[in-house]
Amino acid sequence: MQSSDVARIAHLAKLATDASELEQYASELTAILTLVEQMNRLDTAGVEPLAHPLELTQRLRPDVVTEPDQREGFQRHAPLTEDGFYLVPRVIE
Amino acid sequence: MQWDVVIGLEIHTQLKTASKIFSGAATTFGAEPNRQACAVDLGLPGVLPVLNIEAVRHAVRFGTAIGAEIAPRSVFARKNYFYPDLPKGYQISQYELPVVGRGQVEILLDDGDTKTIGVTRAHLEEDAGKSVHEDHLGGGRLSGIDLNRAGTPLLEIVSEPDLRSPQEAVAYARKIHQLVRWIGISDGNMQEGSFRVDANISLRPAGSDTLGTRAEIKNINSFRFLHKALEFEIERQRDILEDGGTIVQETRLYDAEQDETRSMRSKEEANDYRYFPDPDLLPLSIDADFIQAATAELPELPEAMRARLIEQYGLSATDATVLTGSLAMADYFEQTVAGCHDAKLAANWITGSLAAALNKADLDIEHSPVSPAQLIGLLQRIQDNSISGKIAKQVFDGLWQGEGDADAIIAARGLTQITDTGAIDSLVEAVMAANPQQVEQYRAGKEKVFGFFVGQVMKQSQGKANPALVNQLLKDKLAGG
Repeated sequence: MQSSDVARIAHLAKLATDASELEQYASELTAILTLVEQMNRLDTAGVEPLAHPLELTQRLRPDVVTEPDQREGFQRHAPLTEDGFYLVPRVIE
Repeated sequence: MQWDVVIGLEIHTQLKTASKIFSGAATTFGAEPNRQACAVDLGLPGVLPVLNIEAVRHAVRFGTAIGAEIAPRSVFARKNYFYPDLPKGYQISQYELPVVGRGQVEILLDDGDTKTIGVTRAHLEEDAGKSVHEDHLGGGRLSGIDLNRAGTPLLEIVSEPDLRSPQEAVAYARKIHQLVRWIGISDGNMQEGSFRVDANISLRPAGSDTLGTRAEIKNINSFRFLHKALEFEIERQRDILEDGGTIVQETRLYDAEQDETRSMRSKEEANDYRYFPDPDLLPLSIDADFIQAATAELPELPEAMRARLIEQYGLSATDATVLTGSLAMADYFEQTVAGCHDAKLAANWITGSLAAALNKADLDIEHSPVSPAQLIGLLQRIQDNSISGKIAKQVFDGLWQGEGDADAIIAARGLTQITDTGAIDSLVEAVMAANPQQVEQYRAGKEKVFGFFVGQVMKQSQGKANPALVNQLLKDKLAGG
């Protein structure tokens, strides 16, 4: 993995990185990928892919409205609100 | 050079549930901003999603209706991207293991042929919130975020690239729209964004097997715009290719005002979503009993009903198609036939006067001011010759205006058909006496004036004389001399 890969992933994840750290992250991540590479060589035919470490399945919720309106409470913690909207830096296509 | 068009659609349909897909907040449309956004929808720390059983049932119903396999085990995944209307920084969706596998639908082409379109998959996911840009918000320098829609359950239905023209794409989108409403899993309201279409489109040299580079047109919310956007895009890509250029794989937006598609540059780099299984949600397990219970009350599907209407009532293919446009329309028809026992007459009135009036008033048949029982009342008066077809239209207007039942309107407006031979006789004689010149002409062999006499007699009777009797009596009298 190159420094440029790290920079790209950091950008996608909105993580601030120092250029001086990229080299180190790249080598650490490469070590992890090498481990994955080793595992890829194992014969996994007949092994069920794991999507969750718990061997349970999803419990389902009845379709009932249980959440009251708590807008005022939630908006007290927001930096900026107006007319019931949360305000953010302008986003427009 | 000749080009083949290749189109695949991704349709997001909002599922009809009371609460959200992963939270107990309400989904009602049109609430004040953020009144229906709870801690889960806001992505506050420490919250956990819990899956809504009704959303799963709806997905199962859809899968069954398109003959798809329902995955016994499916997995929710995080689709990662940053946008202010997505507070968690990821959308919960399904990636590798969707709930609905491969299925198919049949579309009806303009020439009357049918074509089978593959559905690759359908998966459950949550909707994002909405960004609002209004001048007054934050002094016009900021955007407002409304998270009421965040967490609303969606079924994303992905087609195979089987569509070859804008017409086919629209026919397929309409088919899916009809189906989701028919089986009651979505209201399909396009104005409210309950049914949104993304179109992938590419061109390739005629006869080629390799797919060209595609563009994706996002968030189209009307069938008309879908057609226009695709037509524009075909033209744009053809011009580029014929000038020796290459198509850039990108997301584009259709601008209805300019009737063109435009690149959404800001979304380009976001196309790496880094999906991974959501650790907050366990795999979803669906067994045969669950499928059985969810689909037990599915209505007869549109194709089957269309075939049955043709077979059982001897309807034309066109009438059967219109009458199975929605389940409510089909129900209306069958209720009417049950009362008047004349399928063709019922079909003519429902696809004719009623459909035209509904269309003009922009109403669904569910909200028709004329009930099937009222229409039956009208059709029975046509059947027993109390009124002519022409007068029936006046009675229908009365029904539409809420003037009561057909009999009451006929009585109040004095519209009963005149079938009394004596009464018509005297009208015929009066008309002949008033127009001796035309009588002469007719008797001299100018048979075209016969129509004139019919018109005069009908006018004298204010349209109420039985037309067959008028014809008969006129012929006799004019010939008799």
